[in-house]
Amino acid sequence: MTMTNSPVNNGVNTEALLGARDALSQAPEAADFVWKAECKWIDGTYSETTLDGFSGLGQDHNHPTPHTFGMDHPECFASQDRGATPPEALLAALAGCLTAGVASVAQHRGIQLRSVTANVEGKMNVLGILGADPDIRNGFTDVAVTFDIDADATPEELQALVAQSQKRSAVYDMVTNPTNVTVGVA
Amino acid sequence: MSPSGSPNTVKARVSVLPESARRISVAIIGAGHAGLAVSRRLTERSIEHVVLERGEVANSWRTERWDSLRLLTPNWQSQLPGMGYDGDEPDGFMTMPEVVDFISTYAETISAPVHSSTTVTRLSAGVGAGVGAGAGGYAVETNRGCWTCEAVVIASGGSNIANVPSLASEVPESIETVTPMTYRSPERLNDRGVLVVGASATGVQLADEILRSGRDVTISVGEHVRMPRVYRGRDVFWWMDAAGISDERHTDIDDLVRARNLPSPQLIGTPDRRSIDLNALTDRGVKMVGRLGRISDGRAQFAGSLANVCVMGDLKMNRLLQSFDDWATATDLDISDPPHRFDPTRLPSTPCLELDLVASGIGTIVWATGYRPDYSWLDVPVLDRKGRISHDGGIVRDAPGLYVTGLNVLRRRRSSFINGAAHDSEEISNHLARHLATTHA
Repeated sequence: MTMTNSPVNNGVNTEALLGARDALSQAPEAADFVWKAECKWIDGTYSETTLDGFSGLGQDHNHPTPHTFGMDHPECFASQDRGATPPEALLAALAGCLTAGVASVAQHRGIQLRSVTANVEGKMNVLGILGADPDIRNGFTDVAVTFDIDADATPEELQALVAQSQKRSAVYDMVTNPTNVTVGVA
Repeated sequence: MSPSGSPNTVKARVSVLPESARRISVAIIGAGHAGLAVSRRLTERSIEHVVLERGEVANSWRTERWDSLRLLTPNWQSQLPGMGYDGDEPDGFMTMPEVVDFISTYAETISAPVHSSTTVTRLSAGVGAGVGAGAGGYAVETNRGCWTCEAVVIASGGSNIANVPSLASEVPESIETVTPMTYRSPERLNDRGVLVVGASATGVQLADEILRSGRDVTISVGEHVRMPRVYRGRDVFWWMDAAGISDERHTDIDDLVRARNLPSPQLIGTPDRRSIDLNALTDRGVKMVGRLGRISDGRAQFAGSLANVCVMGDLKMNRLLQSFDDWATATDLDISDPPHRFDPTRLPSTPCLELDLVASGIGTIVWATGYRPDYSWLDVPVLDRKGRISHDGGIVRDAPGLYVTGLNVLRRRRSSFINGAAHDSEEISNHLARHLATTHA
């Protein structure tokens, strides 16, 4: 582990996170969170999703201001590309989750970061979603994330950093493991 | 459960014990190596005690292990207080009959007061146990009568029940399932392919011997601990001993919960001292898949995180080897073999994410998914939400006079190994002796 004389500051409050881990281990029911999204169809393949409320720590919460983003399909699919495609949003979620993990783990391990860039590629054969070939799945067949990290650390430490961020990532877990999903009509 | 048929005994928080209940200072539950080591320490201190054993001495080793199993630790490490290995193969690894013989000889050597075929059906705290409630004390009910005592040492081990994941209920009916406690040898399996779920010592050892029997083997790999059997000419446990890693105290370990729940390392004890990592398995034809995530309509789905768990296993092994090298340099160790590193775990280019179990020829699933202790008889409120005893180095919290021993990283990294009992039994017995002195004062 790299030891530096000046305190490492990646802007992550790891003390608070470790404190939360200890506190929630004693009160596991408070650790049950529900995350929510509301998606409204606007027009064509364009929709807008608003993320506002969520619950956890035994109460309801709201983001200080709701986050909204639009999703659409690209022009090559005869749409107007007014927003990212949903699969791209998933790639963004994966990269955002892993990157937050890299920053947190680096803080905990005393590694000062200068820059972190994650490039993500998801491979997909669209014959699946077009219903043209039943043997081809709809989703990504392979997702590759490449981190470019400038930090005070050895290559082995960076590899361990990225490995640990995967181990602790919610989105990585959801992408790599089966998840029970129910879709109904209100 | 009514011990010894006594009409007065009821299964309730406060029980009325039969008048025949015997009094003893200390009851040790379990006559494995850990319980016997404590027995020896108590005898050294002239503390009157009994060792209650549901079967015979070394019962789990006799009845719950597969045929080919040998200890993971080399013979020279089999050291208990008052007796150590003195055979002529210090670098060998004991077979199960040899382990049973070793522990049985130990029980005789130390004249342990073992009550065999005595199953504890309930352990409860002091009230009604003939000991004042304020002073504590415990009642131990067994199929052969009751004991009241001032202290109890739980030495029944951490591996009484084989974990089987809940998704086991989705396994197609034509597939047989076994746990490491019921598995004995490949010959007893059907001739079809085998899915081994888990890549701890158990998982890799069973995958290895089932493959050697000619069956197709797939191994489902989650987080695991990779280690070479021999590094720079010395056994990996020699290094951990010498470099002080095995003696790292539970109070000095950064993440104790993680350390106590680590899977056993991918090791096997064989006369040729070979390594048994995932490369050794896949090179000979074992198919490697990710962690088993779901079985639905006969199709098993495996996690896409195989690359990461393998990278983590490699990184951690390399850190361990680096710590050996650093220690060797710092102590100017006289060793001719130079430092080196092993090949990274070789991953399949396109990992299998989904398998139609029956269609792909799987006839058996082996759940090598760990073990857990059985505390169904423990009627003292000392379990945490995960069903584990809350303790500090074996001293059970909020239950004066109650101790537990023989668990993973109980007081040291070596705690669950045979030679881990030597130090742990000494310290726990010291604490216990002080407790008895206090209650008598």
